[in-house]
Amino acid sequence: MSDEKQLLDDLSRQKYKWGFVTDIESDTVPPGLNEDVIRFISARKKEPEWMLEFRLKAFRHWQTLSEPDWQKVQFPPVDYQAISYYSAPKPKKKLDSMDEVDPELVATYEKLGIPLSEQKRLAGVAVDAVFDSVSVATTHQEKLAEMGVIFMPISEAVHEHPDLVRRYLGSVVPHTDNFFAALNAAVFTDGSFVYIPKGLKCPLELSTYFRINAENTGQFERTLIVADEGAYVSYLEGCTAPQRDENQLHAAVVELYAHADAGIKYSTVQNWYPGDEDGKGGIYNFVTKRGLCAGDRSRISWTQVETGSAITWKYPSCVLKGDGSVGEFYSVALTANRQQADTGTKMIHLGKNTRSTIISKGISAGHADQTYRGLVRMGRNAHGARNFTQCDSMLLGDKCGAHTFPYIEAKNASTQVEHEATTTRIGADQIFYCNQRGIATEDAVSMIVGGFCREVFKELPMEFAVEAQKLLSVSLEGSVG
Amino acid sequence: MLKIENLHAAIDGKPILKGIDLEIRPGEVHAIMGPNGSGKSTLSQVLAGNEEYEVTAGRVIYKGRDLLEMPVEERALEGVFLAFQYPVEIPGFANAEFLRAAVNAHRKHRGEPELDAFDFSRFAREKIEQLELDPKLLTRALNAGFSGGEKKRNECLQMTLLEPSLAILDETDSGLDIDALQIVAKGVNSLRDGQRGFLVITHYQRLLDHIVPDVVHVLADGRIVRTGGKELARELEEKGYGWLDEAVAAGADKEGRA
Repeated sequence: MSDEKQLLDDLSRQKYKWGFVTDIESDTVPPGLNEDVIRFISARKKEPEWMLEFRLKAFRHWQTLSEPDWQKVQFPPVDYQAISYYSAPKPKKKLDSMDEVDPELVATYEKLGIPLSEQKRLAGVAVDAVFDSVSVATTHQEKLAEMGVIFMPISEAVHEHPDLVRRYLGSVVPHTDNFFAALNAAVFTDGSFVYIPKGLKCPLELSTYFRINAENTGQFERTLIVADEGAYVSYLEGCTAPQRDENQLHAAVVELYAHADAGIKYSTVQNWYPGDEDGKGGIYNFVTKRGLCAGDRSRISWTQVETGSAITWKYPSCVLKGDGSVGEFYSVALTANRQQADTGTKMIHLGKNTRSTIISKGISAGHADQTYRGLVRMGRNAHGARNFTQCDSMLLGDKCGAHTFPYIEAKNASTQVEHEATTTRIGADQIFYCNQRGIATEDAVSMIVGGFCREVFKELPMEFAVEAQKLLSVSLEGSVG
Repeated sequence: MLKIENLHAAIDGKPILKGIDLEIRPGEVHAIMGPNGSGKSTLSQVLAGNEEYEVTAGRVIYKGRDLLEMPVEERALEGVFLAFQYPVEIPGFANAEFLRAAVNAHRKHRGEPELDAFDFSRFAREKIEQLELDPKLLTRALNAGFSGGEKKRNECLQMTLLEPSLAILDETDSGLDIDALQIVAKGVNSLRDGQRGFLVITHYQRLLDHIVPDVVHVLADGRIVRTGGKELARELEEKGYGWLDEAVAAGADKEGRA
């Protein structure tokens, strides 16, 4: 409690702690998107021909698409020609160790609390920090490499492990999947690549911190995680972004590929700049995340805590192809002020006896609007497949909204689909009870919300669970009373 | 320490309290008895500051201050404790965390350092032993899935932890077996130090065998119709509340004339 109190005190004194801009000379292309820009990106990254072809194919397809409009969010049209598609800090030379990293960059990471240093190694976390679009430092690579783990910027993996990248890139989220996936495939500049070899349980939790920095630069990460037969990995993603007045587009793609008996756990804490109280500024977070349980008995688990962004629009999904494979989705989404979120998941059951669990907790405060949208599809051959969905919404105040759109398609009569949903408000009686014990309303709310989200928080790695709880408290400041 | 003068209160425009006068001096235990709907719980809620109730007239002086002007938390931090008749449930919120938050809010208010999880756990265990409660109470979610008796025990634990100056017990005995009743009594009696005041609201006389009151009031139709010593409680037990109709009628009559 004292930590929480201290945190609230600290944060009430600052608007958005991470709203600073690092002054580093960026190598940025002029705004606009055409084949030349794509060739420029590819050339800058010294990519092989097949990679350029991958991009151009995606770009040509993207040109035939139009921005989707079925989602329950509202925003002014994005001018894709006004975005600059490449921005990288200029490295003076190839870096051999952290000591050689631009001190200003390191200072930025320190400010963000990114534990790139040795202490973090002791804590058992290897960090691949993405600054703007280019990864500048990768720790633990050697140690992991000894075990056969590949954890590196995807731009490097293209050179060092072309066969792996070529085999899996776009295999889970093809460029034809949707408008933003096509855009990402055409222009992505960096991201992470992870490969866990057969039978290895990765001993470290892998984490990447994304950060949008240069102004007007769209961020198009591409993350690809492959767990070979019997392998396991837990991957953590956390995000912060500097304060901006202009909206920034973020259209990342994350692909997870699990072979037989493999497991991938992907956790996200997202607290990008949500815009101010009137909804000005903030990040547009339009992300495509999907995992393929390709092999039998494979398992993919998504856990997300979404508190930031002006608009969040994402559906981390699982395609359960292998027999007996398992998909999980645990989500806490919090929207306050004018934030909008349309988020949920898709569980596509193809294999026999596949199982999926969806636990979604939505909290809406202020003038925020939130939608849970989930699809559970039982394919024709998904004999004995089961799904359980629990979808709870909590409302704070009377100007916010919560909506639930569950889609269920069952093409096999032997499948079971359960859906439970609740909507609650934080009751005046609960607040009164806490107040009567001397607990201030804001503390009470943050504790009640924490309780509401417990089922999801317990799925997060320990350090993230603490961070998530703190984020919720901060995000709810001023939402009550 | 507490002086209630001509207190009138209503809920949804319907008058419930129709002129309560009551004074509790330091160290005194006052019992309020009366039939259902007489306004006993309303009185406790109004004193604690529940905004659902509207105070339409009168005033309440607590430790020299106008209690009705104080926000709910401040009343609590200044030592007013209400043991709820129906404690709320908060699923997922660990009881231990809730109790620690409450204790630390009080400590902070008194300018004392807050207790960390370990110190608090020691402190709480001491009290739990003293009250002979089940230590598992701490690890469960706040009142969620508690039986009626467990909720009341938890209220009693909170009272013991917070050491209030004025404890109001709203039918804490209802639905309790004799063992639980003794726990409640133990909690109250352990806090009786000649300084603290108690307002014990009860439907039955049996609690008062264990918590011996200094003064007993009988509430009917929003008014105190009789005040006496502890023997009044026994008298009520024997005679029931039937005789009150007369007193209520007399009160209404008085109101009619006024």
